[in-house]
Amino acid sequence: MVETSQAAQIANKWRKKRGSLIMALHEIQDVKGYVDWQDAVDVSLGMGIPLARIYEVLTFYNFFKLEAPGKAVISVCTGTACYLKGNDKVLEKFKSELGINEGESTPDRMFHLQSVRCVGCCGLAPVCVVNGKTYGRMTPEAVPQILDEWRQVFKEN
Amino acid sequence: MADMDLDKRFDIHEMAKNKQAEIERFACSIYCCHSTGCKSSGSDDLIDLMKNFIAEKEAEDKIRIVATGCMGLCAQGPLIRVEIKGKKDVLFKRLDSEAVAEIMNDYVWPALNAKGDFAVPEKLQKYILSLDLPFFTRQEKVVLQNTGHMDPEDIQEYIARGGYLALEKTLKTMTPEQVVAEIKKSGLRGRGGGGFSTGMKWELAAKVPTIDEKFIICNGDEGDPGAYMDRSILEGDPHAVIEGMMIAAYAIGATEGWFYVRAEYPLAVERLEKAIKACKKNRLLGNNIMGTDFCFNVDIRLGAGAFVCGEETALIHSIEGARGTPRPRPPYPTNKGLWGKPSCVNNVETLANVAKILLKGADWFASFGTETSKGTKVFALTGQVEHSGLIEVPMGTTINEIVNEIGGGVPNGKKLKAVQTGGPSGGVIPKEYMDMPVCYEELKKVGSIMGSGGMIVMDDTSDMVSIAKFYLDFTVDESCGKCAPCRIGGKQMLSLLDKINKGKGTKKDLAQLRKIAAAMQKASLCGLGQTAPNPVLSTLKFYEDEYQNKLVDNKKAAGEN
Repeated sequence: MVETSQAAQIANKWRKKRGSLIMALHEIQDVKGYVDWQDAVDVSLGMGIPLARIYEVLTFYNFFKLEAPGKAVISVCTGTACYLKGNDKVLEKFKSELGINEGESTPDRMFHLQSVRCVGCCGLAPVCVVNGKTYGRMTPEAVPQILDEWRQVFKEN
Repeated sequence: MADMDLDKRFDIHEMAKNKQAEIERFACSIYCCHSTGCKSSGSDDLIDLMKNFIAEKEAEDKIRIVATGCMGLCAQGPLIRVEIKGKKDVLFKRLDSEAVAEIMNDYVWPALNAKGDFAVPEKLQKYILSLDLPFFTRQEKVVLQNTGHMDPEDIQEYIARGGYLALEKTLKTMTPEQVVAEIKKSGLRGRGGGGFSTGMKWELAAKVPTIDEKFIICNGDEGDPGAYMDRSILEGDPHAVIEGMMIAAYAIGATEGWFYVRAEYPLAVERLEKAIKACKKNRLLGNNIMGTDFCFNVDIRLGAGAFVCGEETALIHSIEGARGTPRPRPPYPTNKGLWGKPSCVNNVETLANVAKILLKGADWFASFGTETSKGTKVFALTGQVEHSGLIEVPMGTTINEIVNEIGGGVPNGKKLKAVQTGGPSGGVIPKEYMDMPVCYEELKKVGSIMGSGGMIVMDDTSDMVSIAKFYLDFTVDESCGKCAPCRIGGKQMLSLLDKINKGKGTKKDLAQLRKIAAAMQKASLCGLGQTAPNPVLSTLKFYEDEYQNKLVDNKKAAGEN
């Protein structure tokens, strides 16, 4: 028996349900953190959807990542409440500290920086989220501290 | 109850009675806010800590911990409300593990064992948030009546609080026509922002014959950055939305329901999934619901980060698994929607209102609000305001009441400049209009919209040109690119704004901005493009001087260059 990839298994699970392409892609990204070319090919074969259609969807929606992001994904909220309370300065600080732009990863693949539209904690604005952990009432001064905290986490593992 | 014989016909009255009795047995209930806001301030740890305390004291039969949905005052989280029988309810704010340990040891435990009143000790006073604050007393909770008062993951608690009674009443005593008539009479209008009469929409959908399939879709793609009403409702009371959807399905003859929820709201999705599972297990979803002929099932589809998917035709494409691009209407989804079948799209908050209307009557609902805007509205009050959080007020409440009384005014000694509603599709309302009642018509008159319920307070340091640019930046980024007015117009407006903001703009540029805005409003395919110029137009209308001050000709005249 030919060994099937994770993506192929997920595609197989969703293929009989209607309108499930996005759900299948979500599941692959949940497991792997991103959806690459091979996954898209597997989904295409498994679900009988042309590859072009899959890339149409993958590139249309902001949520999907096409390549492996850094280990710690930093999401800086750029919703209105966070913007008004100065999160643009926090974002700038992250950029200068890490030397990368939004949507990029550091060369050592430790950090990935992205801006997101509202994480729904407007009461805590300005907010940023690192791998699911939320930091509320952010200031640019807190940025190096957060980076060090995560460097420490990866050093220990 | 978990081992309940599945073959036995499930009776909500019996379950409600049992659960009420069970809750009644506890002398003390501690409600801990467990929504995204408070969770990220650490409420998970606090719950564990309290549970350990109870285990240590062997007080499992006296104290219960309830992880609830949003309590409203997110900025002061994590929040905990302690309700002890015979004592006054106390709300604690900004807690950490140490504070909670103190509260358990020095207030909850002694108060539980004390006869008569028991005052909160002096050292804990700093954590108290008065429940007599206008923030709490001035609100009118209809949609949010359960949120913050029960465990959203427990279907029995929802039923104990009167859940699914409206569904029973509908299925057993009313015809679909009567349901539509009742909703029409109540005056409920779409809470997603458009404000179309829900009863009318249902009537249109009901008229289309169900040949093989008809769908009801719940729009939970809350894209407005800075608003989280729908998320809080789904997190705090998912069953209310499901019940509303089931009643809608019965009224219009839908065979299947779809929830479309943003992927950025994992907790809302998780709670919704659990609620659907509990419904299926208790035979509230599936075939022959409550022993009637009504059969209905629901499924969830996730969004993937596209603001345009809040538009109903784009949303439908996204559920089908394609790019979320809108298409021209007509045909409206009520005729030709998901997979070409008739579909009715309703917002989360709209559906959350339905069960209450059916249970308490259209007249009760219509007693809230203004002549044309009935009921209540949930707002996410954020920005430069003292009490930032989730509120619900009757339609027609003035902005002044919302911002200054409920919200506690602008902090840090600053002055109020304007309030923004409707997110990237809305406009600013200057402080001169603070006595304006908040309802669909009045907001439209000043160039803003109700929107889904984001209300952002700006103080006198806010630069209106930058704010207009912020919103336009958002809509340009989120434009799907299908139609030229939105794709090209938005980009051009943005570059003009950028030029003005950098101090290089001329009077011609202002005229050009207005011209492009008018073209976008008229010619764009969907709501996103049609409303994208609103933030620019409304700031231009009320704060043109701020634009003028940045123009290069005026700077020269003032002798700056």
